[in-house]
Amino acid sequence: MLQTFKDIIDILSAPTVSFTLLTIAFPFVFPPTDWFEKIHRKFGICRLWTKPGFYGGMIAITFFFVVGYFDPNFNITLTKADNFPIILMIYSMFIAIWWSMYQAYQNDDRLENGLKPMEYNDPDDKVLVWPDLVYIEFIALILFMVFLIVWSILVAAPLEEPANPAATPNPSKAPWYFLGLQEMLVYFDPWIAGIIFPIFIIIGMMAIPYMDINKKGDGYYSFKERRIGMFIFMYGWVVLWLFLIVIGTFFRGPNWNFFGPFEYWDAHKVVPLNNVNLSEYIWVKMLGTGMPTNILLREIIGFIVLIGYMGILPIILAKSWLKNYFQEIGPVRYTFLMLFGLSMLSLPIKMYMRWLFNLKYIIAIPEWFFNI
Amino acid sequence: MTEDIKTTPPASVSPAEKDDNALGRRGFFRWMTVGWIAFSVATGGFFTVIVRFLFPNVLFEPPQTFKAGFPNDYASNFVDTRYKKKFNVWMVRDEESIFALSTVCTHLGCTPNWLGTENKFKCPCHGSGFRMTGINFEGPAPRPLERYKISVATDGQILVDKTKSFKWEKGEWENAESFLKV
Repeated sequence: MLQTFKDIIDILSAPTVSFTLLTIAFPFVFPPTDWFEKIHRKFGICRLWTKPGFYGGMIAITFFFVVGYFDPNFNITLTKADNFPIILMIYSMFIAIWWSMYQAYQNDDRLENGLKPMEYNDPDDKVLVWPDLVYIEFIALILFMVFLIVWSILVAAPLEEPANPAATPNPSKAPWYFLGLQEMLVYFDPWIAGIIFPIFIIIGMMAIPYMDINKKGDGYYSFKERRIGMFIFMYGWVVLWLFLIVIGTFFRGPNWNFFGPFEYWDAHKVVPLNNVNLSEYIWVKMLGTGMPTNILLREIIGFIVLIGYMGILPIILAKSWLKNYFQEIGPVRYTFLMLFGLSMLSLPIKMYMRWLFNLKYIIAIPEWFFNI
Repeated sequence: MTEDIKTTPPASVSPAEKDDNALGRRGFFRWMTVGWIAFSVATGGFFTVIVRFLFPNVLFEPPQTFKAGFPNDYASNFVDTRYKKKFNVWMVRDEESIFALSTVCTHLGCTPNWLGTENKFKCPCHGSGFRMTGINFEGPAPRPLERYKISVATDGQILVDKTKSFKWEKGEWENAESFLKV
């Protein structure tokens, strides 16, 4: 029984399966349109953001970790001092998301019934920064200090032998907060995943208030009034960042192969990953000719795909599907929204192209260190 | 109250009225010299320490050129990992040649491991894989491992020169210095 459960979890946690399930399930959990909303209500997924949903979620996470603790294989990754923050992260992120969604759903109901949101206060009823706010911050600070001190006393720092350039630990894992980045690096060139994407993430998040001109939901929790923005952000945050950290922590083993959480880390597990560039697919496999010697001619299809995706697709969308939205926010906001949005979307696209077609790079010019 | 009246600007005090505490012209220059020297020494010392801090206490820098035994020491289709730790080089012999492969992964610079049973180099950081020849075939590495200049020294031993590397993507593996015919 328990073994079956573990086997099922191992199968589900293969990234092709878990990532697909998560992506498909996501719009039903954070419904961006009326149709998703209907199913979200019909199947009771909305109950996740109620108090029973909270207890259910906490029990499910805890059950998973308890079973993992008594499993000889999962125990090793679970009890590693480096991985302790991930366990905390899973709990704290669930609590934080639940808490905001719980209040958002209550406010959505109130607004529907013509009431003011819970956070609404009489403008004349003000709270002082000192002592009201600073006092809370001060207590939070002291509690956090106590927690950190207790943690540092109880858990020894996971120090290893002095660094040796000739012996890289296998698997070699980044600090936990960079595991999402390390996971992106598996699918992209270091210039893209290590430099351009991190810059885009930071600038893109700073640009959110300029691109999202929806004034609703200002000062109070709400979901329905800004559901598309919430959906896009939550997908990027939960699936493309938090989930990639979880993958990197629990599902990546020796030689950076995938392992289920209950699977033994076999250093000799053979996973065939013969990766092929798009240009090789076109010239060698489809046309049967050799690779052209001219670099630009060789990668021309890749450039067409890239220009089509980043340049022409937004124009087509602006004229058709997003016509009203384009007119509402104007060309400048739209351009930046598309730049950041399509870059974000390119991560799952590239992951699926790797998994389905073993595609390595769309444009591969190693001569110029230019690979996309 | 009385101070207001008696205060006179220092410049108007005649030299005749000698004030013991006043700093004369010579005194001023003397003190300024001392001050500037002290300032220069302190600043110089500070920057010396800063610059010293930029260099590591231990420098792992084995010679860039080394001898790697005789060509006959190498079995056919074999990867020799003996020189990995000290020189960051794998000595590889395939059917017809011997070459020296760099141990730096071309994706992000980790050191891959040689997996003899699977006949490939596999990087533990992002899963890049390279064949025995150094050609990349799996994972994100965009180009093959680099090869180093290799020749036969006067005593018949193999001489590897790491100052010159050969990149496959630039067609440099055709270069006669990048491998040793056996």
